[in-house]
Amino acid sequence: MAQHDTGEHADAGSALERNMPAPGTAVERSDAFVNPGLPPHRLRVTDIDPKKNKQAERRVYTLFYVSIIGSVLAVAAYAAIPIDTEGAAYVRITTALLGSAIALGLLGIGIGAIYWAKSLMRGDEIIEMRHPTRGTDETRARAVEIFELGNEESGFGRRALIRNSLIGALIATPIPAIILFRDLGPAGNPAAALEVTMWDSGTRLTRDPTGTPILASEVTLGSVYHVIPEGLLESEHKLEEKAKAAVLLMRLKPEDLNELPERTDWSYQGIVAYSKICTHVGCPVALYEQQTHHLLCPCHQSTFDVKDHCKVIFGPASRPLPQLPIAVDAEGYLVAQSGFLEPVGPSYWERS
Amino acid sequence: MSRTTSTTAKRGNSGRRHPLASVALILVGLITTGGAYAMFTSTAAAETTAVTQTMIEEGEKLFASNCATCHGLDVQGTEAGPSLYGVGAASVDFQVGTGRMPLAASGPQAEQKPVQFTQDQTDAMAAYVASLAPGPAIPSDEYLQGDGDATLGAELFRINCAMCHNVAGAGGALTEGKYAPSLDGVEPVHVYEAMVTGPQNMPVFNDLNISPQEKADIITYLKYLEDNPSPGGFDLGSLGPVSEGLFVWIFGLGAIVAVTVWIAAKSN
Repeated sequence: MAQHDTGEHADAGSALERNMPAPGTAVERSDAFVNPGLPPHRLRVTDIDPKKNKQAERRVYTLFYVSIIGSVLAVAAYAAIPIDTEGAAYVRITTALLGSAIALGLLGIGIGAIYWAKSLMRGDEIIEMRHPTRGTDETRARAVEIFELGNEESGFGRRALIRNSLIGALIATPIPAIILFRDLGPAGNPAAALEVTMWDSGTRLTRDPTGTPILASEVTLGSVYHVIPEGLLESEHKLEEKAKAAVLLMRLKPEDLNELPERTDWSYQGIVAYSKICTHVGCPVALYEQQTHHLLCPCHQSTFDVKDHCKVIFGPASRPLPQLPIAVDAEGYLVAQSGFLEPVGPSYWERS
Repeated sequence: MSRTTSTTAKRGNSGRRHPLASVALILVGLITTGGAYAMFTSTAAAETTAVTQTMIEEGEKLFASNCATCHGLDVQGTEAGPSLYGVGAASVDFQVGTGRMPLAASGPQAEQKPVQFTQDQTDAMAAYVASLAPGPAIPSDEYLQGDGDATLGAELFRINCAMCHNVAGAGGALTEGKYAPSLDGVEPVHVYEAMVTGPQNMPVFNDLNISPQEKADIITYLKYLEDNPSPGGFDLGSLGPVSEGLFVWIFGLGAIVAVTVWIAAKSN
């Protein structure tokens, strides 16, 4: 490094020198780093004082004995404390004892070994040079010879038709795998599964987790219901469907709602239903504040204002929560007027 | 009683109370002390929450001297506080019984603080407010024993409560300085009342949404959490990845750095 620097300095006035950046931005080279070499060797107390040496030796084997004791204790703790099934807290003491004893076993070996190396093993600094990686000229010439002989004997370079057909065959072999594995993916357009939820015209709103339908009269002012669509519990893919169809039902004072003219019949006497799936990355948005009418997502603090069709008033979500149009059927139960009119949940590539 | 008197006397100077409030309070103090004495001496059966006309009258006086500044002399509400028509006895028992009311200071939400009234006084105010308009009543003892189905209670808690109160009931933050409080050590009656009345920004979970038996199950689950320590050792407040991550960053990485420094340091 130092040599290289002086070499550049030598040709002052050359093209290199003239093209160098203005002083101030140029790299200062006058105080180039000089290899200081190894610091003078300093003897350790264990090298000088035989008493200290003996003491260090005692410490090392004590640590190894401690390790043995730890391992034995771990087995003893496992055997002594029976695992019964009286509540979840019974594992507390077993776990704590096993963990401490095994830690003692491992740390005893580790700390002992390091202490041994630091205090008793040879302590002076040495330099071990790297081996050159290049082979000798004879080895290299012999390798070329072997390759040439192989080429000559097999005729790989000479018989072009055989060689090219082999390359073609090798390229073709993975094709069946690509075709077969590709078919393991979702059939058709995966976006279609995201666009549709279980909600449909006339689907009753039911309580999560019991699945009992909800009368409009049961939703008192300030109430919040966690809602799943009717029939979800019997559905084949219950969790997948719930992850898309979960809905939050709230009742506000009708005069508090600032509804768009085209959406006034989507609510019923101040009862509104919104998708519970955050439009940011899909967490369940369910932290409802009944006085401020804010809905907070616990993951990234996106805040939606239920008064204004769940528009985003804070946080990273970019779209309001989709509203489920609701109505009341002849028996007084809350039903969906239709499915969601836009895909629920976070954005995806094919979303229009 | 003496505590309320001194508080009122201090506030009287600030002009926020009615000039006659101190006089009224002294009167009420005398009457309630006398009344309480009479109640204690007469019969032990007075514990039961049978509402009597005396209680209502007593509650009205307590209300006038302690609550009317914000809630209005006729419970109609003012700019400083909401109307209490129809909030029910449960609401009064929760707000006063947990010390949230009377309000210490206006802020994002009413803080829990040492309770300012005796249970008898709270009951009297609850009876008074309940006598004006129907509302949720103080729950019956059978739902507060914590002897329901903890498993079902846990499921209901996860669906309806855990998003704000944390799955272990440790509480959590809401918007603009509001928060859901920890449920550790909260009286079952107050848990029940909070669900029925929806205090402050908590939504209402009426008996048609979560039935009284299901509320009892939720209380059972909370009691189970209080009675059973975390099986994994220190739960670090059950606050999840934030406190656990911080712990690992400070103590886990700290230990690794310390060991690394020790390995690399020269022996003396």
